[in-house]
Amino acid sequence: MSNTTSEATRSEVWRSFKIAAWLGWQITSNWTDPFLFMVYSIIRPIARAAILVVMYGVITQGNFSNPLFPYIYLGNAFYTYVFTVMNGVSWAVIDDREHYKTLKYMYVAPIRIPIYLLGRGVAGFFTASLSVFITILAGVLFLHVSFDPLQANWLLFFVTLFIGVIMLAMMGLVLGAVSLLVVRHSGFLAEGVSGVLFIFSGAIYPLEVLPKWLQPVGFAIPITYWLELMRRSLIGNVAQAFPTLARFSNMELLAILVGLSVLFGTISVFVFRTCDRLARERGLIDRTTNY
Amino acid sequence: MNRPNSDGRKKNRGGRLFWQSVIARSYPRIIGQQREKSWMFFDVIMPLGSVIAYVLVYRALNAPEEYVGFVVIGGAMTAFWMNVLWSMSSQLYWEKEQGNLALYIMAPNSMMSILLGMALGGLVATILRALAIILLGSLLFGVHYVVVNPFELLAVFSLSMVALYGMGMMFASAFLLFGREAWAVSDMIQEPVNLISGFYFPIKSLPFWIAAAASVIPLTLGMDAMRQLVFPSGIRFGFLSTQLEIIALSVLSVGFLVGAKLLLDYTEKLAIREGRVTEARR
Repeated sequence: MSNTTSEATRSEVWRSFKIAAWLGWQITSNWTDPFLFMVYSIIRPIARAAILVVMYGVITQGNFSNPLFPYIYLGNAFYTYVFTVMNGVSWAVIDDREHYKTLKYMYVAPIRIPIYLLGRGVAGFFTASLSVFITILAGVLFLHVSFDPLQANWLLFFVTLFIGVIMLAMMGLVLGAVSLLVVRHSGFLAEGVSGVLFIFSGAIYPLEVLPKWLQPVGFAIPITYWLELMRRSLIGNVAQAFPTLARFSNMELLAILVGLSVLFGTISVFVFRTCDRLARERGLIDRTTNY
Repeated sequence: MNRPNSDGRKKNRGGRLFWQSVIARSYPRIIGQQREKSWMFFDVIMPLGSVIAYVLVYRALNAPEEYVGFVVIGGAMTAFWMNVLWSMSSQLYWEKEQGNLALYIMAPNSMMSILLGMALGGLVATILRALAIILLGSLLFGVHYVVVNPFELLAVFSLSMVALYGMGMMFASAFLLFGREAWAVSDMIQEPVNLISGFYFPIKSLPFWIAAAASVIPLTLGMDAMRQLVFPSGIRFGFLSTQLEIIALSVLSVGFLVGAKLLLDYTEKLAIREGRVTEARR
């Protein structure tokens, strides 16, 4: 009997995730032809990378061999995942509730709502992966980013990417949960939070540049360690150039990342359950704010 | 010219109706901001986040202090660009989605007055946000300004705004004609314009022909001239002389306003002939 129950649960979880991922992809991509969608997906991250390249080039007179350049370039490229994945998960609440007015139907359907929301973030993961790939490729081909695929630690790369994407999706779930309750500005949540994390995570500069009293914030967020591991997995020598996390080995960083991700993940589940219960109690699931 | 209505009240026509519509459309933008102060927080803090990040990049690179000031000015101008992109260019599209566009077209006032009202209201509201960004950015990073020629600065700023909001008025019709995904177009062009207009670095840093082509966007020349006029060493980083930039901005202002009028007339004609422009397609 219990085997049957757990199988049914597994099936429901998988169905929720699969359908949400498919739906998210359709909503994200079917408004135009594939070529225009690809251009749309990559143009923003490429432009943001180009701003940093010009800034760097102007100040260093085009000296792209300094280790600071790949540090900035890769950190910025991988940061694309942060907004895209978090927004993909949290925006589903606003999109379904305000735009399509289908959130209430999702709630009565035989699916798991948190799993459904996480599934909606999958489209963001794919579009972010495409833009990260093209940004890094452009860096290697045109800007002398010193990346040798044979020297890269691919196991570390994929393990870190996997943990990081789950961590970001769980952070998106928190934002989605908060969106269930707030009337105003819920559309800005992911952008605002990823903007703040951008400053503190050392994505485009070493944390030493921040005032000393703000640096502990950077050390407390998992994205800092995730970005460092992503950089190290592709170009290990960059880690030695900056003292921020140089005292940690890859395994130590991975342990910190896993620990913080589990902590944030647990908080996410707790926050989602609380917000979800409050939203049901207050009858907020089918409201339209028109904000 | 006023004529009595059937109920004895006078109704406005011509220029009076035009300006009445301008004021009526700008009113919610200015008053709305006072009633919804939390918008101010988001509109200031979000561009300020980018300003902080880019200033810290320059600090990491040990860049000259002028660049910090350039970023703060660029961050303040971002507020205008965002306003034009999201609250001007996309506005008719939003109005269509909410069902107001048909009412605007049916009403006896000119559509140009509606767009002008949106522009003036948006401009006044955004000036406050831009000033807040400059104030906070300057206090945070200790930026000092030396205004060389206040009259030229005022002329550059005014012309930049006329040309920029004129471009927004023109885009409003264009975005409406593009179809249902105006937000995607806005989203797509936001960052590339940040890049080619030199929001965070002097436009002179780009190759000449790219900078020249980017000068079609009014903020490119506007920011370049303003940076030359408010920083002592700004002239060293200037793309063109400020006088030349004032002439170019004047030409752009006229061009965009005329373009806005022509495109709006075309949109109105299409709305009446085909009856589909005002149709919300979800």
